[in-house]
Amino acid sequence: MELTGAEIVVQSLIEEGVEHLFGYPGGAVLHIYDAIHRQDKLQHILVRHEQGATHAADGYARSTGKPGVVLVTSGPGATNAVTGIATAYMDSIPMVVLTGQVPKPLIGNDAFQEVDSVGITRPVVKHNFLIENVEDIATTIKKAFYVATTGRPGPVVVDIPKDITAAKAVFSYPREIKMRSYNPTVKGHPGQIKKALDIILSAKRPMIYTGGGVILSNASEALTEFARTLGAPITNTLMGLGAYPASDKQFVGMLGMHGTYEANMAMHNCDVLIAIGARFDDRVTGNLEKFCPDARIVHVDVDPASISKNVKVDVPIVGDVKQVMDGLNKLLAADKRHLEAGAMESWWQQIEEWRAQDCLKYDRDSDTIKPQYVVEQLHEATKGDAFVASDVGQHQMFAAQFYGFDKPRRWINSGGLGTMGFGLPAAMGVQVAFPDETVACITGEGSIQMCIQELATCLQYGLPVKIINLNNGYLGMVRQWQEFFYDKRYANSVMDVHPDFVALAEAYGHVGIRIDKPEDVRKALDDAVGKYKDRLVFLDFVIDREENVYPMIPAGAGLNEMILV
Amino acid sequence: MKHIISILLENESGALSRVAGLFSARAYNIESLTVAPTDDETLSRMTLVTSGTEEIVEQIMKQLNKLVDVVKLIDLTESGHIERELMLAKVQATGNARSEVKRLADIFRGSIIDVTDTTYTIEMTGKGDKLNAFLTALSSITIYEVVRSGAIGICRGEKSLSL
Repeated sequence: MELTGAEIVVQSLIEEGVEHLFGYPGGAVLHIYDAIHRQDKLQHILVRHEQGATHAADGYARSTGKPGVVLVTSGPGATNAVTGIATAYMDSIPMVVLTGQVPKPLIGNDAFQEVDSVGITRPVVKHNFLIENVEDIATTIKKAFYVATTGRPGPVVVDIPKDITAAKAVFSYPREIKMRSYNPTVKGHPGQIKKALDIILSAKRPMIYTGGGVILSNASEALTEFARTLGAPITNTLMGLGAYPASDKQFVGMLGMHGTYEANMAMHNCDVLIAIGARFDDRVTGNLEKFCPDARIVHVDVDPASISKNVKVDVPIVGDVKQVMDGLNKLLAADKRHLEAGAMESWWQQIEEWRAQDCLKYDRDSDTIKPQYVVEQLHEATKGDAFVASDVGQHQMFAAQFYGFDKPRRWINSGGLGTMGFGLPAAMGVQVAFPDETVACITGEGSIQMCIQELATCLQYGLPVKIINLNNGYLGMVRQWQEFFYDKRYANSVMDVHPDFVALAEAYGHVGIRIDKPEDVRKALDDAVGKYKDRLVFLDFVIDREENVYPMIPAGAGLNEMILV
Repeated sequence: MKHIISILLENESGALSRVAGLFSARAYNIESLTVAPTDDETLSRMTLVTSGTEEIVEQIMKQLNKLVDVVKLIDLTESGHIERELMLAKVQATGNARSEVKRLADIFRGSIIDVTDTTYTIEMTGKGDKLNAFLTALSSITIYEVVRSGAIGICRGEKSLSL
């Protein structure tokens, strides 16, 4: 049967199993919007800014593991989406972004709302396409989903000129797609896996360091089995939190710039480092010259380009983390060898000494609300089982340090790009996917204002996100660096002029509560998840203005050179 | 060290800019870059000359391989290969220079492909070194214009870059 290009777009998405689409209409996508209007399988969520659409689709993808889908118009629609696309790219999040384009005959003419979307997005996508014929729409969308979700996932942009969405073609959606130029390696090399196990079992001070790749590959269970069988300490990166239960004894906390003392010291002193689905980011390694000086390194990653990019490794294994971990577990279970008990005992003794430093301690008797306390209380009020989206800054670090994620896909944050404004729309996307779960957005008065317009979207679709605004009247992380490294010259980091958030939340039709005493924190949180379960609640916590995030590795220092409280 | 990387890529609009964009975004060197369709009309072949430490060149190869439009690639400098570059040089050809240029072009096995009363245009192919040596030999002559194609290359023997 012949369909219009617009109908083909919509049918292709339905064929892909897409249920939710985040977007914003405009001239170039009017045909597609009309086709959406004339069906009921695909629900469209109308955001209030295209950046919100991309972050929402991103949060949806991170929490479900399914690709997030976005539809925006040409020109400013596409450029507004770029920040969200780049955010997803840096964290390897599967996403398909459909952008409208001016009609083909007008391309290159500086037409109204024309921008070279393929050119602009090229450096921040896994791949992108400009569709030139109506006959190519279905295949291209198939390819887009295939590329976005396989190998190392990432966003794919599909640019669709308006005239093509009006033209007609016979619709048939390909069952399978093969691309000669794209064949990601998913199966790890058996020889390498065996070699890795030999090194691992020879360790006297082993350390497991895992990242977002474990979560993307749904390999948490396999990882947990591996770590438990081995009995080695394990740390997660900011992107990898939840891959291994934070409440487990073997977990030594997050590593890196604001990681725990025990995690960073164990990294620095280990003799075998097992890196899994992590990419040795600069926020993790600190000074590369001083990184893990005594360690032989095993590295599992689906992206060959991540191997030996920053740190030279001894045994690389290219493959999907889940598949490699399954292989490793099988070998390990059949192997009669195990880690040397005496060596492990003294290694753990050493780690417990580091742990006894209690590097995350803070003043619990303070008269002002401590941000750490709010996060701890949120953990209790939600029984540690909420989805927690965060923005970027001090509050993000407090959330990462203090929430204690026991499950994967519960911690939703912009790790690579560090995008302020990510939190609220991302939380919104999570809530769309999980309407009955508690979804919190931990944010600050700086970040929340970057995408606050999405409060209206939340009202329209009944998304009861709990906003935890850690309000200190400063761009806290900027202020902290200025305190440490710029002699307390707080250049443009003071943000004590901001709206009355309670009134603002109410103006948007939500519940707003201001909390300025520690003793009121818990009740407000309990109300947010209890009494106001079905409402969006904006909790404006007036917190200690100059609390700092500790521990901290200053720029240029090694992991063993932390600033403690 | 100099590396010559040969790439087979999908003959699609934008493929070239993906490669060029990768080099600028990651601050890799490009000494020269040439691209043209092959006998298979769905494929283009690009030859890229770059330089860097072993680690950087390894990253370049991996990052190129990651581009969805890249079908296959090879670092020609890793094994026996033949390298050629085409150069056109327009030089002053008056007085003594007229015979001197002709003589030098013969020595370097170039050919004079355009002649006026005052100029010669010489066509020459060879490795980059040879073309450089020819230009050095012309140092006493006024050179008006030099056009170089950038290197192309192919593996020696039976080894080949094909699908």
